[in-house]
Amino acid sequence: MLRLAAAAILWFGLWLPPLRSGLESDMALHMTVQIPLLAVVGILIAPEVRRFEPRWLAEADWLGIPGIVLVLFSTSCWMLPVALDSALGDWRMEVAKFVSLPLLVGMPLGLSWQRMPPLGRLFVIANIISKVGALGGLYLAAPIRLCAYYRLDQQAEAGSALLAVATAAIVGAFLASFFGWSWRRPFRDAWKGHRAVATATDASPSLPT
Amino acid sequence: MTRGFLPLLGFVIATGLATLGFATSGFRVVTTEGARRLAVEHHPRAVPDAVLVDQDGRRFTFAAYRGKALLVEFIYTNCPTICGILGDDFGRVLATLRQDRGTSGVDLLSISFDPARDGPRALRSYAARFGANAPGWRVAVPATREGLRALLKSFGVVVIPDRFGGFTHNAAIYLLDGQGRLVRILDAGPPATLLAEAAHAVS
Repeated sequence: MLRLAAAAILWFGLWLPPLRSGLESDMALHMTVQIPLLAVVGILIAPEVRRFEPRWLAEADWLGIPGIVLVLFSTSCWMLPVALDSALGDWRMEVAKFVSLPLLVGMPLGLSWQRMPPLGRLFVIANIISKVGALGGLYLAAPIRLCAYYRLDQQAEAGSALLAVATAAIVGAFLASFFGWSWRRPFRDAWKGHRAVATATDASPSLPT
Repeated sequence: MTRGFLPLLGFVIATGLATLGFATSGFRVVTTEGARRLAVEHHPRAVPDAVLVDQDGRRFTFAAYRGKALLVEFIYTNCPTICGILGDDFGRVLATLRQDRGTSGVDLLSISFDPARDGPRALRSYAARFGANAPGWRVAVPATREGLRALLKSFGVVVIPDRFGGFTHNAAIYLLDGQGRLVRILDAGPPATLLAEAAHAVS
């Protein structure tokens, strides 16, 4: 219930004019803040939706493959410069963005993630990182404007921002792959290990010198 | 593999490809600029008959150009960058037109999208800068805000403020055929290319 409330607040907050026009006036914020947050709305509602998910759908989403394919298609669509432009120039596409990113990206991701094998999850993370990185590089280097509603300097900034996100994701994925999924775990384990060693040393009989 | 997996996957892939194909005009364009060029090429569109005022203060509409090819550019006279290039391009087209008087079935029209600053005096000085004379090359501004809005929408011109008090806009040269339909969106380029396209449009 808390999740649903958070999702609703986040969604309405993003929709309200000050935040919406603020985030959309800048290409980097549009791509690296607004769009991901709309997907997060879907991820937040996924656990609540799961309780009402029909059995046949849960079964048909074998290993989470149809769900994740849906996510890959939806994210590809919203990465197109023409799609970004259309959301700014046509209120119907703006509505489509606010509906499709939670329902066709975040929610299926949240629902299918549980059903995916660990290697499948790694594939999805690697795919997202490479897409975001490639797009960032393209926007940073493109000599012409790709979006009608953004200036060339904004486009280059968006490119840098996307590359920064990709870099952060690579570091995060690296740490997660090597030290476990929770960011707290390596530190906790290290701390515990330190204490265990300390306790063992304290308890061990002193060696004769 | 579970029951229902393949149909669901097939459905997702089919709708996904269809949506991507729709968004990219059949996997051909990824930018708004590409999309509008393709759309105009395949479906020439009538332009709104907005009233414009030229550098001499005369009012006219696109109907004045029936039977001729018309090359249109959108500008604002304070523009420090691309409009100058467009103006130079039009200047060269005009020079070429004057050289061979036989192919003068082509007229030029520069439309300002900055009515706040582009009054008759600004239009006149812009026209003088590039040697534009009505009616062969009109430098004009839409008479009303509504007219301007309708023109920008119809031509697919998006104007956004830049950081220096000016504007950034998708610059191009627009070709209208003898029936006053927008048939091509071209890049600024050598006069020969523009005139060849124009000749093609009236024939």
